[in-house]
Amino acid sequence: MYSNQINFLTKLLVSVPFWIKSIKLNRKNQVVVQVKSENLLSFIDYLKNHMHTHFELCIDISGIDLINTKPRFLTAYQLLSIRKNSRIIIEVLGSSIPSITEYYPSANWMERESWDMFGIFYQNHPDLRRILTDYGFKGYPMRKDFPLTGYVEVRYDDTEKRVVTENIELTQEYRSFEFTSPWA
Amino acid sequence: MNSDFFLSKLDALVAWARTGSLWPITFGLACCAVEIIHCGASRYDLDRFGMLFRPSPRQSDVIIVAGTLTNKIAPALRKVYDQIPSPRWVISIGSCANGGGYYHYSYSVVRGCDRIVPVDIYVPGCPPTSEALLYGLLQLQKKVSRSKVIKAWYSI
Repeated sequence: MYSNQINFLTKLLVSVPFWIKSIKLNRKNQVVVQVKSENLLSFIDYLKNHMHTHFELCIDISGIDLINTKPRFLTAYQLLSIRKNSRIIIEVLGSSIPSITEYYPSANWMERESWDMFGIFYQNHPDLRRILTDYGFKGYPMRKDFPLTGYVEVRYDDTEKRVVTENIELTQEYRSFEFTSPWA
Repeated sequence: MNSDFFLSKLDALVAWARTGSLWPITFGLACCAVEIIHCGASRYDLDRFGMLFRPSPRQSDVIIVAGTLTNKIAPALRKVYDQIPSPRWVISIGSCANGGGYYHYSYSVVRGCDRIVPVDIYVPGCPPTSEALLYGLLQLQKKVSRSKVIKAWYSI
């Protein structure tokens, strides 16, 4: 398996050297490729359609908030090739990157979720709306600087006869645990 | 004296009728809903208490809030509750519905479903066992069987 991955990695490096920013095997021997956002679409096109790669499936798209670096956000794509029985991880840095929906329709909702949670903008996405959070939700909850409890809470207002949204007011303080000491 | 006797007998009749046909609406939010399913299935068998799950709020008496109530579903829960004809009761199942539970500090979770609807019975647990849920339903039956609607109305 390991030599397979090395083989694939070198082949990839030989065939499309200009699109690859960096390439490595992570500690689980998965191929991880970093590409620039302007090369993403051509690289994805190559991976999906070339007869040596055939990555037909986009398994997952995840965002990462690297809060102290610039650019701040990283998007990771996991692709699977059924025909070649192999997987690849593609990483792209940037807060505004091209959408891969035209290559993988399954990327549609995943990119919407990433937009919802991190605020990473996907250019040319057909329908970039929030997908999980409440209607009219403000902020991007998975960002590191988003407070855990958010900004609003809801309750039923008996005079207005509807569920109203209000600024949050915690009745109980945060609990902090001291894991190193058994006494605190 | 005579009318009191008659009214309390009438109350007993009404309460008996209501107790024997508490129809819950199918409203599962998360994993606690699986316990409701267990409760309704053959082992615990809610049918023998006259409880049939109804798919419409207009045909039901009880709403069982089972699972994490998020901000997004809260207006829908209230709408479903409002559509249930009176008399109606609410059972809150599990830590999340009772007070937010594990997700108490989350940005998207209502900290207890009693902020949205008035609750009659709380069942603790994460998730509560089917026996606990069944016990909660029996407690609700007890509450319903002791209600004296006509007498309370008459004595005003």
